[in-house]
Amino acid sequence: MEKTALFNYILGIADNNLILGQGLGELCGHGPNLETDIALTNIALDLFGQTRSYYQYAAKLSAIHKTEDDVAYLRKEREYKNVLLVEQPNTHFGYVIARQYLFDVFNYLFVEKLQHSKDETLSAIAKKAIKEVSYHKRFSGDWVKRLGDGTEESNQKMQEAIDGLWQYTNELFEMTEADEIALKAGIGVNLSELKEAYYKEVSEVLKEATLTIPENPYFQKGGKQGIHTEHMGYILADLQYMQRTYPNMTW
Amino acid sequence: MSEKEIKNLEQIFEARIERDEKIEPKDWMPEKYRQTHIRQISQHAHSEIVGMLPEGNWITRAPSLRRKAALLAKVQDEAGHGLYLYSACETLGVSRDELYEQLHSGKAKYSSIFNYPTITWADIGAIGWLVDGAAIINQVPLCNTSFGPYARAMVRVCKEESFHQRQGFEIMLTLCRGTEEQKAMAQDALNRWWWPSLMMLGPTDAASVHTEQSLKWKLKRKTNDELRQQFIDQTVPQADILGITVPDPDLKWNEETGHYDFGEIDWDEFWQVVKGHGPCNKERMKARVDAWENGAWVRDAAMAYAEKQQSKKVAKAS
Ligand SMILES: [Fe+2]
Ligand SMILES: [Fe+2]
Ligand SMILES: [Fe+2]
Repeated sequence: MEKTALFNYILGIADNNLILGQGLGELCGHGPNLETDIALTNIALDLFGQTRSYYQYAAKLSAIHKTEDDVAYLRKEREYKNVLLVEQPNTHFGYVIARQYLFDVFNYLFVEKLQHSKDETLSAIAKKAIKEVSYHKRFSGDWVKRLGDGTEESNQKMQEAIDGLWQYTNELFEMTEADEIALKAGIGVNLSELKEAYYKEVSEVLKEATLTIPENPYFQKGGKQGIHTEHMGYILADLQYMQRTYPNMTW
Repeated sequence: MSEKEIKNLEQIFEARIERDEKIEPKDWMPEKYRQTHIRQISQHAHSEIVGMLPEGNWITRAPSLRRKAALLAKVQDEAGHGLYLYSACETLGVSRDELYEQLHSGKAKYSSIFNYPTITWADIGAIGWLVDGAAIINQVPLCNTSFGPYARAMVRVCKEESFHQRQGFEIMLTLCRGTEEQKAMAQDALNRWWWPSLMMLGPTDAASVHTEQSLKWKLKRKTNDELRQQFIDQTVPQADILGITVPDPDLKWNEETGHYDFGEIDWDEFWQVVKGHGPCNKERMKARVDAWENGAWVRDAAMAYAEKQQSKKVAKAS
């Protein structure tokens, strides 16, 4: 597979981890109790760990971005390829859990397949990540059930979050040009094949959580093409602040 | 129990401490011992979780992925410290909710150092180096304190604090070996954090209310002034390695005493912050109260869900 295409393929995976981790990092110290605070921070740490492995590999393929930090910090907004779902804000704990769960189910299915990639590095990263991702899905899924089937208030809040974020789920399965090339090369994952299993699993858990599966047929997309929501600029302003203000320094 | 019996129990109790035996939660203990420990351990626990805030302030802006992950892990460690300490405190018959209530109402104190703002990345280095450094000096003696659960929590906490301290120093070292601008950032952080770090070791012995009793119960093994001297003697050479200057014109090695002499601490500032009027007291408290209040529906849901699951289990079994 040609280097630029592989580079883009990796960003399509890793940017999701970076931006989701960034959102969770913002919560550290502000959780509803210490135990959940610690657990969410663990997830953020896993996500950043995976991000670093992917970006270290990406940096080897790029002529412009020489280090993981160049890849993470020195791109323009349009060059970030994460899905819109992961850049949605921490509106309340229900949103945090819904965003996490809706991503985790996808991520688990994805990483499971990526383990069989012909690209040895990607396959190795996936093999290491699968345990972590499986834990994330269990954690967020358990919380979907707790909040959905907890109190009347928590049910309402969880439903609100699911309804609000549902429109971003479909983008997870959209195949980009890099996805197509990677798939043909035996390196990438066929995302459209994951879709059925995804909605089946999510629907079952929502049902168990006494939540209603949204019927809205309208979906948002654009993240994979670098066309983000208005939240993204602020996320990057924080993320890139040091690197942009003090360029070319070692930290 | 008669007064004589209590006297007797107290004597046995003090003798056990004298022999360096550990007091465990189920053992008889004087009420004053219990109350003093609840106060000190909860104050320590509160410091850990309020301490998450100034450093948490830089997680989204950490300058590299490695630093970001390390900072997240550090702040998470502090949450873990809070957790062990609240648990140790709960063994004395007080609930975590009560302890939070005391923090949120302002009845309980926490280390006043966390009421200072973190305004540059170098502050993250300075906190690790100085604040965790001072915390270690305070806490290492507590690994041998008389109350078992506290002593055991401290062993674990101290290990992690010394890792934090080295990590903080390493952030400073990287800055000091970097560009002029980075070195200036490190110097500025030292200027702002030096004096509050000295204050962290507590008021001077003359002004300290609890010292004598605390020494007897091994809640303290050295006085505040001794600890402060130890901190200064240990830290000044580290500043020399970094090549930055401790902001104290009176600081001077004293050949005779084998210690550094140092300048006057501004105790008015200390008491102002302790009394709630430091630069960030209100923000810190608001952040804690908000997290707690905004989390109420989540905790309620978890409880309600657990109850439902429990009654389902019971229904199945019967
Ligand atoms: Fe501490
Ligand atoms: Fe700590
Ligand atoms: Fe620490």
